[in-house]
Amino acid sequence: MLLELKNVSKIFGSGCNNCLPETGEQADRAICPVCHSVVAVNDVSLKVKDKEILGVVGESGSGKSTLLQLIFQDQPVSEGTIFFNGIKDREGNNCNILELPPARKAWLRNHEMSMIYQNPHLGLNFNFSAGGNIAEKILGAGEKRYEVIRDQALYYFGKIEMPRSRIDDYPDNFSGGQQQRIQIAKALSSSPRLLLLDEPTTGLDVSVQARILDLIKALQYEMGFSMIVVSHDLGVINHLTDLTLVMKNGSLVEYGLTDQILEDPQHPYTQLLVSSKL
Amino acid sequence: MSAFNHRYKLKVEALGKSFTLHNRGGVRVQGFENVNFSLRCGELLALHGPSGAGKSSILKTIFRTYLADSGSIRFHRNNNPEVDLASCPESHVLDLRRREIGFVTQFLKILPRVSALDAVAYPLIEIGTDEEQAKEEARKMLTQLGIREELFKLSPLTFSGGEQQRVNIARGIIAPKELILLDEPTASLDQKSSEVVLRLLDQLKQRNIAMIAIFHDQRKIEQIADVAVAIGRNEI
Repeated sequence: MLLELKNVSKIFGSGCNNCLPETGEQADRAICPVCHSVVAVNDVSLKVKDKEILGVVGESGSGKSTLLQLIFQDQPVSEGTIFFNGIKDREGNNCNILELPPARKAWLRNHEMSMIYQNPHLGLNFNFSAGGNIAEKILGAGEKRYEVIRDQALYYFGKIEMPRSRIDDYPDNFSGGQQQRIQIAKALSSSPRLLLLDEPTTGLDVSVQARILDLIKALQYEMGFSMIVVSHDLGVINHLTDLTLVMKNGSLVEYGLTDQILEDPQHPYTQLLVSSKL
Repeated sequence: MSAFNHRYKLKVEALGKSFTLHNRGGVRVQGFENVNFSLRCGELLALHGPSGAGKSSILKTIFRTYLADSGSIRFHRNNNPEVDLASCPESHVLDLRRREIGFVTQFLKILPRVSALDAVAYPLIEIGTDEEQAKEEARKMLTQLGIREELFKLSPLTFSGGEQQRVNIARGIIAPKELILLDEPTASLDQKSSEVVLRLLDQLKQRNIAMIAIFHDQRKIEQIADVAVAIGRNEI
């Protein structure tokens, strides 16, 4: 198993004992009625195997992006455990990565996982050139030789079908679709085991979206990483993923094969979501 | 006949499926119920019956696009433990779809920017076949199905209905599988193309592949099927 989440929750606010039981799918709300904390992720457990592609769908505010941020450790987890790729503690037991020392956490973020954000400003440093951004990730993954870093940056720049001559341009000087592609090059340059994508093509026109999705799919096939794709676009989910989980009010309401979720949804909310597709 | 041939490849027992429409006041629509049949390697089982009887739903339930309400679908695997397709974990189903169970759907679902040749070669490339070799096999398969070479590079979405269906069949059967489900494989084909497809299915039978196909035409059933199962409302 590459990734396993057990009973993971995220509460924004002071939190109290009522937060988890009083919110979620059954309660049909994400705000605790007692302490008014926001429960973004409520007791979610999931598993992702090697090379598996998991989609996460749900309405705005259902906790999809927060879930990715918890896995990538952009946000501290309130409750629960996360296991990754058989990382063990000294006794040889599977180790909760949330309890790893900061240096190992950084190693996980730089080396084993990568995130592609909807907003390129979150994924790229606009004060660095495109190549500099890619180099930052390669440096973080442990490579220190300038020549190797430059060659690798150029290699991944080629992978995203960008002319090498533009590697020293700043992200400002690229279009939105190109910025997304630079994020992809940066994310893949450390050869991660798990790629997290948060609405990777939202806001792009459909022809650019199609090119980026095809690129992601081809690179996934070639490099064999696992992916978790957050999107509210069921077309993107259908195109990219094998498995899908559906979230509502921070809870996981349905999990299954993507074609089953789309053609035979079980949960009332999933049925509503699928029937809302244009 | 060896003892192995007596083994069932697939055994469907008391299979039932209904749909609950929560956003339509919880209406329950019965897809099919109490369906029982079994088939062996190298056999083709034909499903027939009136429109709306649940034939396609049965295929989708076996492929796990639909979740069964009741019953079991026992799939016997070569060199692997038997699985119940109605209840095994999703990741098993994904593995089985890649390597063992194929589905030729009624209509071609494909991206508009993929050529016919690439679409047909893809299932082979997906299981690790060299790209050139996969394309060579795709070329052979398309030629065998009577698709003209000048069409290979075009998107099948620009093809006629019959041509699309043949591309769909090519895509569904090109990779080696143990069980293939076919939803009306000859529905929009003329007599000649139909014969070509039936000959191909016969070749698959010779290769010991088990198949379940939906046919409307009684003559085709007599010609190709080893077993015929009638699906009707509340009966089998």
